[in-house]
Amino acid sequence: MKKAFPILGVLTALFLAYAFYQALWVAPTEQTMGNVQRIFYYHVPSAIIGFMLFFINFGASIFYLIKRNPAADMVALVTAEVGVVFLTVNLVTGPIWARPVWGIWWTWDMRLTSTLVLWLIYVSYLFLRRFSSSGETPLLAAALAVLGALCVPFVYFSIWFFRTQHPQPVMGGGGSIDPRMLHVLLINWLAFSCFAFLVCWARYRLEQLQREVDTAYAMESLRDPRRSA
Amino acid sequence: MSAPTGITRVTLLKDLRLEWRSKDAINSMLFFSLLVVVVFAFSFDPTAEESRQIAGGLVWVAFLFAAVVALNQTWAREIRNQVLDAYRVSPAPPNSLFIAKVLGNFIFVSVLEALMTPLFIMFYRLRALGPAWQLALVAALGTWALVVNGTFFAAMSLRTRSREIMLPLLLFPFSSPALIAMVQATTAILNGEGAHFWIVLLATYDLVFTTVCLLLFETVLNAE
Amino acid sequence: MIIANPYLFAAYAATWIIHIGYLTTIVRRYARLKREVEEMRKAGVRS
Repeated sequence: MKKAFPILGVLTALFLAYAFYQALWVAPTEQTMGNVQRIFYYHVPSAIIGFMLFFINFGASIFYLIKRNPAADMVALVTAEVGVVFLTVNLVTGPIWARPVWGIWWTWDMRLTSTLVLWLIYVSYLFLRRFSSSGETPLLAAALAVLGALCVPFVYFSIWFFRTQHPQPVMGGGGSIDPRMLHVLLINWLAFSCFAFLVCWARYRLEQLQREVDTAYAMESLRDPRRSA
Repeated sequence: MSAPTGITRVTLLKDLRLEWRSKDAINSMLFFSLLVVVVFAFSFDPTAEESRQIAGGLVWVAFLFAAVVALNQTWAREIRNQVLDAYRVSPAPPNSLFIAKVLGNFIFVSVLEALMTPLFIMFYRLRALGPAWQLALVAALGTWALVVNGTFFAAMSLRTRSREIMLPLLLFPFSSPALIAMVQATTAILNGEGAHFWIVLLATYDLVFTTVCLLLFETVLNAE
Repeated sequence: MIIANPYLFAAYAATWIIHIGYLTTIVRRYARLKREVEEMRKAGVRS
């Protein structure tokens, strides 16, 4: 375990470098948008990985509610936190792309709005985890995660109708994507997935250690109340 | 079957009597939403046509903020003398308590809405171009959505640090689909457009979230 | 140079700033915990 992490870290770094090279030099330049389109290779994988992590969070939360397994709770915490990081990347790179292409930083279009709302939901989940007293955090968080996942279809449905009523000049084109671009996108998605996995792993180890230390403190103060004072 | 409904009724009546004697929640809610109305009028200075466009959002923002006042004190009262702990060790079903609290909050917020609506009509010169009875339906469904979620999240944030802040932090994002639906339905009705889609969406949201809150409330109440 | 496009550069830089920033918080929390564990061991805590 101890050795695997640095090795995987180096491999992932190489993979990310390769994906970076692919995104910048191998992928063909888009005709209308030019080089700005290359933001896409970071923007889209971040969103997909964020959603994947939230999905794992939902599964782990359900599992925790049924089995009360502390490892499931840690997985839920880790995936939510890393998912928020990836979705933040998505939300930050989006406007940087939109500015030169649409001429505006932000529009309340369906996809942008729903991603933002989803981000807000999971940030409030992390707030609950941070503010609740440690004994009850796992259960409350698991219950909230279930509600959050249920919210997702409603968010999409309401915002979809909200915005198709008043169409906005966005998300144009749509047509088929160049297969070479798709290939580069896939490489970047895989590289970032490896990266996300490693980050989750590191965060998981941190959480594990944190809990061990907390338990040790608690045990010590039980054994010797004077020292903990 | 009579026991759970009995507990609901007793708890509900107790809360209503307490509120009737102190009138703390309803007074602060009324004053608060009045402030929102006035501040909005200062900020935007709308004409009649504009206010028809923004009224849906304005009304619900005022009610949402005011509802947080009522929701925050829902459980606080029960914690003071360890009433909630007594409830947890008693064999009474937790959902009866939850339903009582939801109904209580629903009544408070509905009273607020009934009192505030004439004021809105007067200040913003509102006149519904669509069927007005639908507005009542939207109000009932929307209030229920806010109150079910709010009561549940208030129970969740009960033992958290800075509890009063925690409730809106949870309530606003999780209710955003319901908020969109309420605001859009209200605006559509005021402008004489169809609002069936939004009403159905709101009803589905109510149904799903009420069910899940009932399923999870016992876990939340006994978490620790 | 392709990366000379300011928007492209900004987006890629922002991505890595966010990721590295998050990784830094993990590393710092980890270092602090390690220090705590050391102190506990010195104080003779069994765990």
